[in-house]
Amino acid sequence: MDSSVFSRETLIQASYFVTAALFILGLKRMSSPVTARSGILWAGAGMLVATVVSFLYPGMTNYDLILAAIVVGGGLAWWSGKRVAMTDMPQMIALYNGMGGGAAAAIAAVELYRGENPGYATSSLAVVGGIIGSVSFSGSAIAFGKLQGLITKSIRFSGQQVFNLLLLAAALILGAMVAFNLSATPAVITAFFALALLLGLTMTLPIGGADMPVVISLYNALTGLAVAFEGFVLGNAAMIIAGTVVGSAGTLLTQLMAKAMNRSLGNVLFSGFGDTGGEAATGDVTGSLKPIEASDVGVMMAFASKVIVVPGYGMAVAQAQHKIWELCQLLIDRGVNVKFAIHPVAGRMPGHMNVLLAEAGVPYDLISDLDEINSEFETADVALIIGANDVVNPVARNDKSSPIYGMPILNADKAKNVIVIKRGKGAGFSGIENALFYLDNTRMLYGDAQKAGSELIQAIKAVG
Amino acid sequence: MKSYELGLWVFMLAAFCGYEVISRVPVILHTPLMSGSNFVHGIVLVGAMVALGGAHTSLEKTIGFIGVLLAAGNAVGGYVVTERMLEMFKSSGARGKAQPAKGAH
Repeated sequence: MDSSVFSRETLIQASYFVTAALFILGLKRMSSPVTARSGILWAGAGMLVATVVSFLYPGMTNYDLILAAIVVGGGLAWWSGKRVAMTDMPQMIALYNGMGGGAAAAIAAVELYRGENPGYATSSLAVVGGIIGSVSFSGSAIAFGKLQGLITKSIRFSGQQVFNLLLLAAALILGAMVAFNLSATPAVITAFFALALLLGLTMTLPIGGADMPVVISLYNALTGLAVAFEGFVLGNAAMIIAGTVVGSAGTLLTQLMAKAMNRSLGNVLFSGFGDTGGEAATGDVTGSLKPIEASDVGVMMAFASKVIVVPGYGMAVAQAQHKIWELCQLLIDRGVNVKFAIHPVAGRMPGHMNVLLAEAGVPYDLISDLDEINSEFETADVALIIGANDVVNPVARNDKSSPIYGMPILNADKAKNVIVIKRGKGAGFSGIENALFYLDNTRMLYGDAQKAGSELIQAIKAVG
Repeated sequence: MKSYELGLWVFMLAAFCGYEVISRVPVILHTPLMSGSNFVHGIVLVGAMVALGGAHTSLEKTIGFIGVLLAAGNAVGGYVVTERMLEMFKSSGARGKAQPAKGAH
């Protein structure tokens, strides 16, 4: 071994070492709002170092292809990432994640097709990483399609889970044949990847849109694992560490999300709730919906001492967060104590609503999550519900027959006055009638959130 | 085989590390953090580069090219959207400095 190769190898390993440290520090910083911004910069610096240094790998060829692929893939991702609306962020994350899974599967494919058996342990890891990466790739593509509205049906047939299990078993058998060099022909390898990709499709298709965030988070963790396994195959410590960290962090994040949505992971993967209007239990709701005018709401809020705003996905769809923040600034200037109460699943995934409010300029310290704010509703004069529905439905607390029974909700019904801004009289995402709307202290302000926001701003300005 | 044993230790420690780093994250950062961890597994790019760099047949080259393409998409896209989201997180203190008239509450 000549000395220049040796020093290059040392440089590469040292750079990967720094990269792994930067990733972990970056993730740590990303878990607090104060340091979050710098966290992604640290991680980004790590990625840059690792990428540049990898060009120095001894014995590398195909530099032209590598550069072209980076420019094209990176360029397209840059362009799409800059353009995507904040409301569409969850499906974009799914898309980029699926690409990572696909890349891990591609590494496995290159190693396996090459056919130089590097030992059973290494090929087994390549095969396992290949399965996981492929499932994450095709599954994430379906998740993207569903959230983007490209796939509207949830395809289900009887015996689907048995079918999926058989598919998994078949993929594993083919994978074992390849890994243990019983029959590692290109045809078997191709069939193996085809089955793994198909498994991702059939696993994800039956899952409803509402459960998609949990699924995306799960695939994120799976891609991490696949990357770690391929890291073992290539003997690349940066991939092993980064992939494993994401695998375990992603698993924890998935559990937190599922818990916030009152769903177990098993439920999400193996049953078909989470679909719009699936099993609409119409519950016994008594009373009537009482409408109110924007001018009356304006006066009510202008003279309140405490207003809690409960935004839901409906607000984001109407792009009303800017108007609502303008409204809240007026109230704050009048000395009203304004807070935002965010349910964990207020957006499309936990924390999504915070991003949307941040986009409108709402400072994060005015935003409280469920545990912090629930005791405060009793002291609030007005709870303003905008485009939220199931997350404030009191039946989740007191009606055992309801499908959402047991889901943690925001106790908006405890406020002295509840104002609901809503487009029409329809039920929520789950198709369940909302008992909150029929309470004595609730008034309905019908209209698009954007328009209602403007009317309320006018009304408060008119108070003077 | 020694390197495999070492790899297993690294695997275990990294798994605990990931769990610890995330365990105290507030809900408000769940989406950006998921996006951030999505970016971090974009490190698959270096593996894909090495795989394509060592590819000889046209089949290997094709798959390797797709791999690098996808991995670059994961890394760059993950970075861009995470950075866009986190850039927006500001406290009311910071806002108050920028717009003193509206900072009072």
